[in-house]
Amino acid sequence: MDIIEVEEITRRFGSLVAVDKVSFTVKEGEIFGFLGPNGAGKTTTINMLCTLLTPNEGRARVNGYDVVKQRTGVRRSIGLVFQEPTLDEYLTAEQNLRFHAYAYKVPREEREKRIDELLELVELSERRKSKVSTFSGGMKRRLEMARGLLHSPRVLFLDEPTLGLDPQNRRHIWDHIHELRRKHNLTIFLTTHYMDEAENCGRITVIDQGRIVALDTPDNLKDMVGGDLVTLKAEDNSAAVAELKEKYKLEPIIEKDNVVFSVPQGEKFLVKLMRGFHNNLVSISIRRPTLDDVFLKLTGRAIRDEEVSFKDQLKQMAMMRRH
Amino acid sequence: MADVFRGVWVVAYRELLRFVQERSRLFSSFVMPLIFLVIFGAGFGELVGSMTPGVDYIQFMYPGILAMTVLMSSLMSGISIVWDREFGFLKEILVSPLGRGGIILGKAVGGAVVAVLQAFVMLILAPILGVSLSFTMVVELMLLIVIVSISLSGLGLLVASRMQSQQGFQVVIQLIIMPLIFLAGIFYPVNNVPVWMEVISKVNPLTYGVDAIRQVFLGSEGAATIGVTVFGHTMTILEDILVVAAFGAILLVLSVWSFSRQE
Repeated sequence: MDIIEVEEITRRFGSLVAVDKVSFTVKEGEIFGFLGPNGAGKTTTINMLCTLLTPNEGRARVNGYDVVKQRTGVRRSIGLVFQEPTLDEYLTAEQNLRFHAYAYKVPREEREKRIDELLELVELSERRKSKVSTFSGGMKRRLEMARGLLHSPRVLFLDEPTLGLDPQNRRHIWDHIHELRRKHNLTIFLTTHYMDEAENCGRITVIDQGRIVALDTPDNLKDMVGGDLVTLKAEDNSAAVAELKEKYKLEPIIEKDNVVFSVPQGEKFLVKLMRGFHNNLVSISIRRPTLDDVFLKLTGRAIRDEEVSFKDQLKQMAMMRRH
Repeated sequence: MADVFRGVWVVAYRELLRFVQERSRLFSSFVMPLIFLVIFGAGFGELVGSMTPGVDYIQFMYPGILAMTVLMSSLMSGISIVWDREFGFLKEILVSPLGRGGIILGKAVGGAVVAVLQAFVMLILAPILGVSLSFTMVVELMLLIVIVSISLSGLGLLVASRMQSQQGFQVVIQLIIMPLIFLAGIFYPVNNVPVWMEVISKVNPLTYGVDAIRQVFLGSEGAATIGVTVFGHTMTILEDILVVAAFGAILLVLSVWSFSRQE
């Protein structure tokens, strides 16, 4: 069954088209990833699916409810973990969860039991009576996840669930996500710009400048790159590019100081290259493709916005300190 | 509809939780009115006493200061929305099944309960200041304060529906609050002032809130001499309440509309 159906959804902000005729479906129990750089339209799409933004055109249904006409139905069906924290820092973990339970009308007899269970799941039972302002970034994210699940949603939306977390915390969050899916047949819709993270998804949509450029399983996407990836550095990179094009009919590009190209059966090709290449090589390496390469191949650019997100974090920290 | 009612109480409940946890707010919110009472009471009392015939100046000003306390805490419900927006918590409320109307009303009701609590603290000071108070008066005042507070909170909520930052909200609200307080008949009666001031005072909803609260203290005889008159008619307490409530209803509807349109 398709739990999310999106048909040609479009959202404009002034003259900027943030999401441009995007269509896709998500099956129940799937981990569905939205992959793209900052500003690609990931968050705009999530906001439309969770009724925070009205699409200018197109239709979308979540759990059978129309995101424009049946907002309440949609809101009851989904849990959300946003990119930036949405907890009340002055309340305790428990109070935050209880507020959520009231707002979503979780029956009284289930309420405390579920709160206990979920705090256990995200390993925050011992801190339940502490104010959220004393929590680390990872703990807050985990608490938000517990909160997003409190009303037993059918779909959990995670917008950059591990943004700004250290690797250990990231792995931790992913363990939780997999456990949830197994236990509750929960559908998970997530956005990320971490390629290694996207590997966890059943299917991935690559989105760039508001448009879907590819939608497939991680393995199939990697096959699109067409073989192994060779990165080499020559004394004269542009001459090397010319030679690779002419002699071996390849399509190399220059990335930073390196020449990068993909080639089937890379090991064999290297031997051939060593024998006949006229330009002087400085270094050479070969590896299997990753989703990074898929993105590069599809858009001609690497997802290189780590700096931007770092700046965002600093901004957020500065804001926190002000109050 | 059930979602709206649940919205009101869930949102109001959180406002109270927050209030209880921020004791400094309780303290600061009645220190300023107290300063007004002491400084204006002592300094102005001798000078403007003649403007309030038959009524001791402190007796005249105290109800006004009480109304001012209510206004201050009512506007807090507006800043609470801006605060939630800045800290992201507003999103958690907005994606929940609670309706927009319920959220806005919940903020107003939460603010009203806080206003009642703060007014109560002010009432404890009444005997010390020589203002007489009876049990029925306290009950009447509490009911009155709930109505006035919910109505006035509409002002803060309407401004808040458009504000992204607390700084922005503070600037706008300060601009509104000053004329509102000084032209509401808190410090002097609004009937014997220059015409332009009288006109502004009489379209100021706080004027009627102050008048209603004052009538509880001074009775209708007091109103006969210093009460607010509109086109020669002296307002009764019921008419005062109607004016305030009508004003509040309009502002709250506008707030919900402005809020829904944006988010």
